[in-house]
Amino acid sequence: MNFPEIALTHLDNLWLQVTGTLCNIACTHCFNNSGPNVRTFGFLSIEKVREEIGSAVRSGVKEIFFTGGEPFLHPRLPEMLSFSLEHAPTTVLTNGLLINDRMAERLARIEHAARYSLEIRVSLDGYTEEMNDAIRGSGVYRQALAAVARLSRQGLLPLVTIVRTWSDEAELATLAAFSSALRAAGYGRPRIKMLPALPLGRELERSAETPTDALLTEDLLDGFDRDLLMCSNSRLVTDRGVWVCPLLVEKPDARLGSTLTDARATYELRHNACVTCYHYGTICGNVSALIEGPDAQSERENGNL
Amino acid sequence: MKQLALFGGIYNNYRALEAALEDARRRKADDLYCLGDLGAFGPYPDRVYPLLRNYDVHCIQGNYDNSLAGGLADCQCGYTDPRDNHFARISYNYTFKNTSDQNKAWLRTLPESLRFDVEGRRVLLCHGSPRKMNEFLWETTSPDSFLEYLLDKANADVICATHSGIKWHRALAPNRHFINVGVLGRPENDGSTNVWYTLLTLDGAEVKVEFVPVEYDFEKLAVDMEAEGLPIQFIETITTGWWTTCLEVLPHKERARGRF
Repeated sequence: MNFPEIALTHLDNLWLQVTGTLCNIACTHCFNNSGPNVRTFGFLSIEKVREEIGSAVRSGVKEIFFTGGEPFLHPRLPEMLSFSLEHAPTTVLTNGLLINDRMAERLARIEHAARYSLEIRVSLDGYTEEMNDAIRGSGVYRQALAAVARLSRQGLLPLVTIVRTWSDEAELATLAAFSSALRAAGYGRPRIKMLPALPLGRELERSAETPTDALLTEDLLDGFDRDLLMCSNSRLVTDRGVWVCPLLVEKPDARLGSTLTDARATYELRHNACVTCYHYGTICGNVSALIEGPDAQSERENGNL
Repeated sequence: MKQLALFGGIYNNYRALEAALEDARRRKADDLYCLGDLGAFGPYPDRVYPLLRNYDVHCIQGNYDNSLAGGLADCQCGYTDPRDNHFARISYNYTFKNTSDQNKAWLRTLPESLRFDVEGRRVLLCHGSPRKMNEFLWETTSPDSFLEYLLDKANADVICATHSGIKWHRALAPNRHFINVGVLGRPENDGSTNVWYTLLTLDGAEVKVEFVPVEYDFEKLAVDMEAEGLPIQFIETITTGWWTTCLEVLPHKERARGRF
């Protein structure tokens, strides 16, 4: 079978997997199987982070993202964020468990000193303890909400990232419930980003999806804005080389080189997750994936769209 | 020396447009440009067009104009949040219904960008970014390295854009500039009711950027909007200067400066 090929148009987004697959929790939908004692991928050194940021800046990078695993397990993360923010807007993806008062204060200092925006994305998967902890583990809900409230008290507005595990019909009600849970926890101006569930890693077992479901074809991409696909604008640096995007890190064919400069090759879209990216577009960026709830559906049915 | 008046998104705000045009005339600007998004948000879309023609404003297409001209189902604003899209649909459906076929046909004739040389400097006018009509370029998420890449790629010394709704300017070595000219359509989320346009002066090697505040009768605009049945949330933005909708695209720093 011939898979569609996507070239790197421009490196807009540099992703750094700073703590590899090491995490302090093991979510049931984790797309890269991160967890405690999972060392498939290891930590990046601060020297490596500086070197690859330098290389990305020379080629005109637009945004830098820190991911893992859990990035706050890296003892030098705050230094890395400060360095990154000297050059570009920076985002860190976290479960929030390690953000105590001292860390929240430190992050606020880093943010206030920076020319560019710092986004702290805290993951949450339910608006009740029961819903969230079934996916993320016991006690995580309370700790994540406490972290969000701490950041809010410091004047920061974290982006709460929720993976969509509900139906279209429940969309607006679910968003409203998340919003009121966050307000009740002390986050007065909640910002929420929705992500689609990805048919990768532990999510395959959770949703019982068949991994050979759907693949992209040239026909599907005909007339489609290929710039929405991360492979056209992103690369992920890990301790084992550079991958085409943050999602395909467990696929050996998605490793494109050992450094950013030699990882610019075109990529064949041969995975189910590529279909998710195609449907929702730019899913790893800081805005919500393009998900339309019942509101849009009824508009369409009424002929208003 | 040449002085250019640069207007960003008008969003149907014909009252602010008229005040800005008068101001630019008083200041004796040599040429007037509008960087697109004539429609959206405000009342009576067709009232914008005669003003643009009477004052001889050179216009380019924004995503809104491109949608209206092509009869598309949405504004291509680039929002992804469900609430943002809900309000974007109300405004687009209203503007689509109330823009005449003649004006839609005129929008079809507009270029997507304009390029010219002034005093030896290469100037590019576009709506979102040189590479994409609906790309948001915010001050705190557009690093120097990226703007330099855009200037190199566009073979330009000065790039002017709008789309995001908040003005800013970055000077880059050697004497290159990126300018977001702001918008006339709604205030810029700072609690003030005025809107903004940009005066760009090119004088030999000197490039001068001045952001001009425009006061206009926003209370009359609010009455117009109410009469047209536009959402209360839109009217609130006009009368308070704080954005109440389409906020989820804002980066952290820009969002933190606002009220909502």
